[in-house]
Amino acid sequence: MSKRCEPPATFAPAPEASPLRDRLRSALIGAAKAAGVALGLAFPLLAYRTETDFSNALVLQERWAAVAAIALAAFVVRLICLLIPGRTKAASSPRRRRAEFAAIVARSRRLISAAGLASLIAFPLVVLVLLGPARSLKWIDSYGIQILIYMTLGWGLNIVVGLAGLLDLGYVAFYAVGAYSYALLSTNFGWSFWASLPIAGLLAALWGVALGFPVLRLRGDYLAIVTLAFGEIIRIVLTNWTDLTNGEAGVSSIPRVSFFGLPFIAGPEGFAAHFGLAYSPIYRVIFLFYLALALALLTNFVTLRLRRMPLGRAWEALREDEIACRSLGINTVAVKLAAFALGALVGGLAGAVFAARQGFVSPSSFTFIESATILAIVVLGGAGSQLGVALAALFIIGGSELLRELDWLQHIVGEGFDPTQYRMLIIGFALIVIMNWKPRGLIANRTPSVFLAEPRLAAPALAEEGRV
Amino acid sequence: MIATDSKVLLSLRGVKAFYGNIAALKGVDLDIREGEIAALIGSNGAGKSTLMMTIFGDPRAREGVISFDGRDITSMPTHAIARLGLAQSPEGRRIFPRMTVFENLQIGAAIGDPRYFDASLERVYAIFPRLKERSGQSGGALSGGEQQMLAIARALMNRPRLLMLDEPSLGLAPLVVKQIFEAIADLNRREGLTVFLVEQNAYHALKLADRAYVMVNGLITLSGPGRDLLAMPEIRAAYLEGGR
Repeated sequence: MSKRCEPPATFAPAPEASPLRDRLRSALIGAAKAAGVALGLAFPLLAYRTETDFSNALVLQERWAAVAAIALAAFVVRLICLLIPGRTKAASSPRRRRAEFAAIVARSRRLISAAGLASLIAFPLVVLVLLGPARSLKWIDSYGIQILIYMTLGWGLNIVVGLAGLLDLGYVAFYAVGAYSYALLSTNFGWSFWASLPIAGLLAALWGVALGFPVLRLRGDYLAIVTLAFGEIIRIVLTNWTDLTNGEAGVSSIPRVSFFGLPFIAGPEGFAAHFGLAYSPIYRVIFLFYLALALALLTNFVTLRLRRMPLGRAWEALREDEIACRSLGINTVAVKLAAFALGALVGGLAGAVFAARQGFVSPSSFTFIESATILAIVVLGGAGSQLGVALAALFIIGGSELLRELDWLQHIVGEGFDPTQYRMLIIGFALIVIMNWKPRGLIANRTPSVFLAEPRLAAPALAEEGRV
Repeated sequence: MIATDSKVLLSLRGVKAFYGNIAALKGVDLDIREGEIAALIGSNGAGKSTLMMTIFGDPRAREGVISFDGRDITSMPTHAIARLGLAQSPEGRRIFPRMTVFENLQIGAAIGDPRYFDASLERVYAIFPRLKERSGQSGGALSGGEQQMLAIARALMNRPRLLMLDEPSLGLAPLVVKQIFEAIADLNRREGLTVFLVEQNAYHALKLADRAYVMVNGLITLSGPGRDLLAMPEIRAAYLEGGR
C-alpha cells in the first residue's frame, strides 16, 4: 500500500504548542502572503482579456472580479491549512496523532449520529419555514429524498461489500427490480404502494439469491465482473422485454404514494382537504421524505443489530478469511446468500421509493454509473462504517446536486463558461483527493461489535492503517 | 503406550488428492486414536498441509475413504465436517486480523452451544492468559506467538474432539514454541484431547507424539511411536540434523 510521505518523528524535544493568539497571528500573516502571491500571479494571467467586438475591433476586457476571487480563495485556503492543528509543526509523532484522532472520532461518533438524525428529522420543516412551500420543494425533493434513497442504497450495498466483503458492481439491478416491481404492479393491477413495497423487496431478494448461487465460488475481480454482467443483463432485459416493460420508453404515470389511503390530490378526497389545509404538492414530498427516512433508518437499525448477531459476525469473518470460516464450521454458502439477499432486499425497497418519487421509470435510470455511484458511496464512507456511508452519500449526492447551481461562477470566469459541465469532473477530482487523504474511507476504523470494559482504540486504529 | 488400544477416531484409507492433474496425496493410510497426540512430519512440499486440508474436504479426496468416529466424511462439505467435532488451527494461522481477540473467539464458538460459551472462554483464557489481557485488541495487532495462541484457542472454542494443528511453531521464537507445545501437551494430558500435529519442527513434534507418521512425496513412508522415530538414524539425518 502506498503511503503518503510522513514527516519524520522529531527527535529533539518537541516545541511547546504556541498560544492561540500567536498561532492566529502567524496564520493570518501566512495567509496574507499567499493571497499576495496569488494576486501577483492572477494579475498578468486574469486581469485583462482581449476580445473582438461586433465591429471586429479588439477591446480590452477587465476581469477584476476573477482576480479578487483567486486572491480571496488563496487567503482562505491557506488560512485553513495553517489553522488546522498539527499541520504546522506536529508536537507528537504521526502515529500517535493518528491514534488520538481515531479516539476522538470514536468518542464523537455517537454525538454525530444523534445530531445527524435530529437534523434529518428537522430538515423538511426547517426548509419549509425558511423558504416557503414553493421554493422548498426542490430542496426536500432533489436533495433530501434523493440523498436518503442513496443513503439507503449505500447501507444496503454496505452489507454485501462492507460487511461480507463481496465486491458487487451490479447492485443497481436490485434497485431496478424494486422500481419496476412497484411500477408494474401499480399500473397493471392497481396495487397500492404499501402493498407493492414488500413484494418489491422480496422480488429483489429473490434475484439476489439468483445472483448469489452462480457466484458462490468467485471472489474479488472475478466476482466483480460477474456482478457487473448481471447488472447489465437486468437492464437489457428491461429494455428489450417491451411487452412487459414498454422498453426504452419506460413505465409512466405510476401512482403517487398516498397517506395511508388518503391521496395527495387537490379536491375534497385529498389529504389536504381532509386535514383542512390548502392543497400544495409539498405535503406529498414531505411525506415521501419521511418515508425514505424511515426506510433508511430501518436499514441502518437492522444492519447494526445484525452486526452484533452471529450472522453479522460471520459476514465480517467471511470478509477476512473464507477458508478459516469454513474450517470453523460456518456455512459460507448460507452466509453469502444471506448477504446477497438482504442487500438486494434493501435495494428493492429503495427502488420502490424511487419509482414512487419519480412517477416514471425507464431502463436509463439503472445504468452502470448508478452502481458505480453507490459503490463509491460505500468505499468513500469506509467500507463497513454506517456513519461513513451516510456522510459519503451526503457528500457525493448532495455535492453533485449543489454543483448544478454554480451559475454564479459565470460572473467570475466569463459568460461562455458553463459550470454544470464540470460537475462530474469536480466530483471525480474530490473523490481522488479524499481517497488519497483517507485511503480506507472517511471513517476507517472498525468499531468492535462487543466492547469489554474499556475499548482500547490505539492498536486497532493502527492496524486499520494497514500496518499489520 | 496407553493410547494404542483405544478407539480409532480418524482414519484415512488410500486417500488420493490432486491439484489439477498433479497428485499431492498418492494413497495415504493413517489412523489417529482417541486421546493420543499424533504427529505428521515431512519436508517442505511433502503434502502435509494438503493432507490436513483434504481431511476438511478442500481439496476433496478423489479416491479413498476418510472416516471420523466411524462416519464417512469423504464427501461432506467443510463446515459440516467441522460440526462433527474436528477443529483446525490452519497453516498461517488465518486469524481474523481486523476483529478483536474476543470476536475471533466468538466466531470460533459460532457453531457451538451458546450455553457453553462462557465456560469455553474461561478454559482458553486459562490456557493462554495472554489472550485475556489482549481480548480487546484487534487480531492483527498481536505478535506472531499470540496469533498462534489465538488460532489454537479459536479452534478450541467449539469444544472439538480432535484438534488439528498445522505448523504451530512456524516463524516463532524458540521460547514461544516451547510454550505452545507445553500447552498442547497439557491439553492432551489433562483433558484427554486428541491432537493431530503437522510439523516441520520434527524434534518437538516427535518428542511429544504418541504416534508419528513421516510423509515423503505424498506417501506415508514410516510410522511408529514418536520417541522410536526420534531415535532412528535416518530420521535424525533427514529431519533433525539437516534441518538445523
